[in-house]
Amino acid sequence: MDYSYSILILALPLFMFLTLALGGNKMSQKFAGILGTAGLLTIAVLSYMVAFQYFGMDRVDGVRDAEIAYNFEWLSFTDKLTINLGILLDPISVMMLVVITTVSLMVHIYSMGYMHGERGFQRYYAFLSLFTFSMLGLVVATNIFQMYIFWELVGVSSYLLIGFYYTKPSAVSASKKAFIVTRFADLGFLIGILLLSFYTETFSFDQLTAEGGFFLTSTSGATFLGCSVASWAMALIFMGGAGKSAMFPLHIWLPDAMEGPTPVSALIHAATMVVAGVYLVARLFPVYLSVPEVLDLITWVGAITALYAAIVACVQSDIKRVLAFSTISQIAFMIVALGVCTSMVPSEGGLGYMASMFHLFTHAMFKALLFLGAGAVIHAVHSNEMSHMGGLRKYLPITHITFLIACLAIAGIPPFSGFFSKDEILAAAFNKSMFWGVWMTVVAAITAFYMFRLYFGIFWGKEAKHEHTPHESPATMTIPLIILAIVTCVAGFIPFGEFVTSNGEAYHIHLDMTVAVTSVVCAVVAIALATWLFAKPNPKPEKMQAALPNLHKWAYNRFYMDNVYQFITHKIIFACISKPIAWFDRHIIDGTMDMFATVTNSVAEKIKGFQSGKLQMYVWIYIVGAMILAVAAIYTFVK
Amino acid sequence: MSYSEFLGMGAELSLMAVIILLFIYDTFTSSKVGKYLPITAILLLGIQTLYLAFGNSLGLGGLNDDTSLFGGMYVSTNISNVAKIILNIGTILVFTQAASWVKEDDMKIRRGEYYVLTLITLLGMYFMMSAQNFLLFFIGLETASLPMTALVAIEKYKENSYEAAAKYLFFAVFSSALMLLGLSYIYGATGTLYYTGIASELTVTPLTIVAIVLFLAGMGFKLSLVPFHLWTADVYQGAPTVVTSYLSVISKGAAAYALMVALTTAFGSGSEVWFNVLYIVIALTITIGNLFAIRQQNIKRFLAFSSVSQAGYIMLGVMSYENGFGDASLLYYVLVYIFSNIAAFAVAGAIERASGKLNINDYDGLYKTNPKLSVAMMLAMFSLAGIPPFAGFFSKFFIFYSAIETGTIPMYVLVFIALLNTIISLYYYLLVVKAMFLKDNETPIATIKSDGYTKAVVFVTALGIILLGLVSCVYDYIYNAAI
Repeated sequence: MDYSYSILILALPLFMFLTLALGGNKMSQKFAGILGTAGLLTIAVLSYMVAFQYFGMDRVDGVRDAEIAYNFEWLSFTDKLTINLGILLDPISVMMLVVITTVSLMVHIYSMGYMHGERGFQRYYAFLSLFTFSMLGLVVATNIFQMYIFWELVGVSSYLLIGFYYTKPSAVSASKKAFIVTRFADLGFLIGILLLSFYTETFSFDQLTAEGGFFLTSTSGATFLGCSVASWAMALIFMGGAGKSAMFPLHIWLPDAMEGPTPVSALIHAATMVVAGVYLVARLFPVYLSVPEVLDLITWVGAITALYAAIVACVQSDIKRVLAFSTISQIAFMIVALGVCTSMVPSEGGLGYMASMFHLFTHAMFKALLFLGAGAVIHAVHSNEMSHMGGLRKYLPITHITFLIACLAIAGIPPFSGFFSKDEILAAAFNKSMFWGVWMTVVAAITAFYMFRLYFGIFWGKEAKHEHTPHESPATMTIPLIILAIVTCVAGFIPFGEFVTSNGEAYHIHLDMTVAVTSVVCAVVAIALATWLFAKPNPKPEKMQAALPNLHKWAYNRFYMDNVYQFITHKIIFACISKPIAWFDRHIIDGTMDMFATVTNSVAEKIKGFQSGKLQMYVWIYIVGAMILAVAAIYTFVK
Repeated sequence: MSYSEFLGMGAELSLMAVIILLFIYDTFTSSKVGKYLPITAILLLGIQTLYLAFGNSLGLGGLNDDTSLFGGMYVSTNISNVAKIILNIGTILVFTQAASWVKEDDMKIRRGEYYVLTLITLLGMYFMMSAQNFLLFFIGLETASLPMTALVAIEKYKENSYEAAAKYLFFAVFSSALMLLGLSYIYGATGTLYYTGIASELTVTPLTIVAIVLFLAGMGFKLSLVPFHLWTADVYQGAPTVVTSYLSVISKGAAAYALMVALTTAFGSGSEVWFNVLYIVIALTITIGNLFAIRQQNIKRFLAFSSVSQAGYIMLGVMSYENGFGDASLLYYVLVYIFSNIAAFAVAGAIERASGKLNINDYDGLYKTNPKLSVAMMLAMFSLAGIPPFAGFFSKFFIFYSAIETGTIPMYVLVFIALLNTIISLYYYLLVVKAMFLKDNETPIATIKSDGYTKAVVFVTALGIILLGLVSCVYDYIYNAAI
C-alpha cells in the first residue's frame, strides 16, 4: 500500500508554522486565522484518508500490520545504532492522527472567535501549528529517539502557549513550571532510552517490541540495585510519560497550565499532549508486559492519581482547574487500564489496552468539548470563578446543552461515549482483581459527582450579578461545540475493538452487565447527590464543609503538594546543592576562565611585535620557523 | 600518447570552456550588453557545477571515477570531483558577492579581467587537486598564485591594494622557491616526481626530512599556517573585500585538499615526519591565530586572523586521514567554512561599500538600523565559533570526531588544545555580535539599501549556515564519495 502522501501530514504543519511565524506580522489577523485553519483542515482530511486506507486494509493472518511509510537514516552512531526519522502507521498511531487533527481543527476554528482581536493572534496560530506538527511527529515516530525529539518539541510548544499572555506574571511562572517539571521527568525518560538502547543496540520500535523476547534476552543478567536493568529502563521511561501525562506526584504543572488561553488547554492539556504518556506506554506495551513489576508500579501510580485528582476536583472553585484535575484523573484511568493488563490477547487479560485507547479517543472528544464549553462561559462572564457564574443556562443555551452532554459522557451515563470506554476500563480492572475494580468504580462515582457540581455551579444555582448580560458566543465558537457534542453522542457505538487491540486481532466489544449496571447506578447516585446539593441555592454545601473542615481545607489546597515541592526545591535542593554548585561555578570555573583571559591577553600583547608589517621580518620568521621545524624533525627521526 | 586522453579531464575542460566563453563575451560585446557579465559568469559556472555534480549519472562523460591520465600524472576520483564542486559553490557565492562591486565606476572597465582571472586561479586549483605528479602540481599551484596577485592588485589606484599585491607576490615567489628546492631534493632522493613512485622509494633521511618541511612550508603559505602566515593580515586588509573572501575560502580549501593528497599518497612512508611537524604547526596555528584575532579592530584583519585559526582546524582532518573520516570531515569543514566566511565578508563588504566603515566599533548598534545584515553576521559568527545548531558546530564536531577516532594520546591532546581555542575564539566572535546587538550608539551606520545580488548572497549563505548541519545528507554525500 502506498502511504507516501502521509509525509504531508508532517510537512504541512511545519510549513504553516514557518509561514505564520515569519510572515505572520505582515498578514491581517483574519487572514492568519483562516490560513491556519485551512492548513489544518487539509491535514485533517489527509489524516482521515490515511485512517480510511489503513483500516480498510485486509488483515494479514488476522493481524493489522504496521506500515512504515518513511524511514530516513538521520544520524548513525554505529552500524546497529542509528537514529532514524520516519513515519510509522499502525492502529494506535493512525487513531492518534485522527484524534489530534480533529481536536486541533476544532480548536483552530474556535480560536478565531475566542482569540478575536487579541494581541499576537498570528503568533498564537503559529504556535498552534508548531504544536500540531510536534504532536503528529510524536505519534508517528518509528523509533524511541524520534519520539523523544518530538516529545521535547511538544514540551516547547506547550511552554510557548501556556506563556502566551507573557505580560501576565502568573502565566509566565506557570509556563516555566510546566516546562521544568516535564523536563525533570524527561531526564528520566532520556536515561531510560539510553539504558535501553545501550543493551538492545536499537532505538526502533519494531525491534524493541518484536515477539520472542528480544528485549529481555538482550538485557538479561544485568542488574542494578536489586532490579533488572530492563525494569529500571522501563520504569525510567514511564517517568517521562508520567511527567507529560501529569501523574501523581509530577502532576503539579497541569493545574497551573490553565493560565494559557482556554482553547490551548482544550487541545494540549486535555486532548492530546497530556495523553502522550499513555501513548508511550501503549507504544512499548509488549515490552512493559515482559516486566510485570513495572506494570504494577504503573497501576499504582495511575490508581493513586485517579483518586487524588478526583477528590481535589470536588472542591476547586476555578472551573478550569476543576477540569484540569478531572483530566488528570481521567488520564490516570487510561494508565490504570494499561497497568492491569496481563497478556497481549484481549480476551485473556489484554482487554485493558483496547479500553485505554478507546477511553483516550472518547475522552479527547468530550474533554475538548468541556474545555471549549468552559471557554465559552469564560468568554461570556470574563471570569474563571464559579461564584461569578450560576444560572447561565438561559443566556448560553447551546453551550449549556453541549456541556451537559459532555458531563453525562464523562460521568459514564449511557448512551454517551464515555460510558462505553469507561465500562471497558472497569471491566479490565475487575478482571485483574476485585480490589482495582472497586477502587476505580469509586473514582468513577466521584467523577460523576464533581462534574455535576461543576455543571450545576455554572448553569443552575444562584445567578451572580453581571456587569452586562452574558450572551451566546459567535458561530465560530458554537459550531465546534456542536460538532464535538455529536461526536460524543455517537463515538461510543464505534466498534473500537475492530480497529485497535493489543495484538492487532479483532475483538468484539460486549458489555459486562454486572460492571455496567454497577457503574451506572453509582454514577446516577452521585449525580443525584450533586443535584440535591447544588442544583438550587441552599445551605447544605456549607454545612458539609463545616462538618469536615480539615478534609475540605486539605483538598482545596490540593493536599499541599505544591508546598511540599516548594520545600524540597527551596530548602533542600537550592540550599544544599545549588548554592555550593553556584559557588564552584563562580569561583573555580569562572576563575579558570578569567585566568585564561588574562593569560591570553598578555601573550597577545607580547607577541604583537611579530606582525610588524615589515616584509623582511615576515620572511625572516618564515625561514627561521621552517629551519627550526626541520632541525627538530631531523633530531627526532634520524638516529 | 593519444590526444583523446585530454577528454578524460571533464572538469578542467568544462571550466576552460567557461573561461573562454566569458573572455569572448567580455571582449566582443558592447558596454550595453557587457553589464550582464556578472550574471552570465554566475550562470555559466552554475551550469558547469551541475555538470560536475550530475554529469556522471547523466552519462555526459569525462567524469568517470578514478580516471588516470598521462601515465598517472592526473587522477580524477569521486572525492576530488566533490572537492571541485565545493570550490565551485564557493566561487559562485563570491561571484554573486562581487556583482555589485564590479558595477562601480572604477571597476567597470576591469570586470572582465576580474572574472577571467578568478576562474583561471580556480583552474589552477583544479589541477593542483587532481595532480599525482609534482610537476603538474607545481604548475597548478603557480596558475593559481600568479593571477591571484593581479586580483589583489586589481584596485591598483588604491595604495593599500598595491602594497598588498606586492607583499603577496613576494611571499608567493619566496615560498614557491623554497618548495621547489624541497621538491628537487625529493627528486634527487627518489628519482621520480610521481606520487606513487615517491611513495615506494622514500626513506627517512635528513635530506627528505628537509624536503618535506620545505614542501609543508610552501603549502603553509597558501593555507596561512603559522609561522608562514604573516602576509595574511596585511594582504587581506589591503585587497578588495571580494578578493579577500575568495582568497580566504577557495584558495585555502583547494590548498588544504591538495596538501592532504600529497602528504597521504606521496609522503605516506614519511608520515611520522610530517605528522609530527604538522602537529606542532596546527597547535601553533590555532592558538596564535586566535591570540592575534582578539586584538584586531579592523574587521578584515580580524577575519584574516580568524581564518588563520580556522586553517588549523581544517588541517586536523589531514591528521586523521588513516581512519577514513579525515578527508570527508576536511571537505565538509571547508564547505561550511565557505558559507560562514562568505556570509561574514558579504556583510562586511556591503557595509564597507555603503559607509566606508571597517572597524568593529563602527558596528555598534547595527541591529537597530540593519537588522537583516546583523542577523546574517551573527549567524556567520556563531557558525565560525561552532555554536549548535549551526553548521559550524557540525563541521567542528566531525573534524574533532575523526581526530578522536585515531585513539592516540597525542591526538587527544591536540583536540584538547583545539577545544580550548574554540572557547577563546568564542570570545572574539561574540564581540562582533555584542557590538551589533547590545551596544548603544547614537550614530549607528545608516540603513543600507543593498542590491539584489548582495541580498541573494547574504540570504543563501545564512540559509546554508542554518541548513548544512541539520540536513544530514550533505555530510553523507561527501562521506560516501570519500570511501
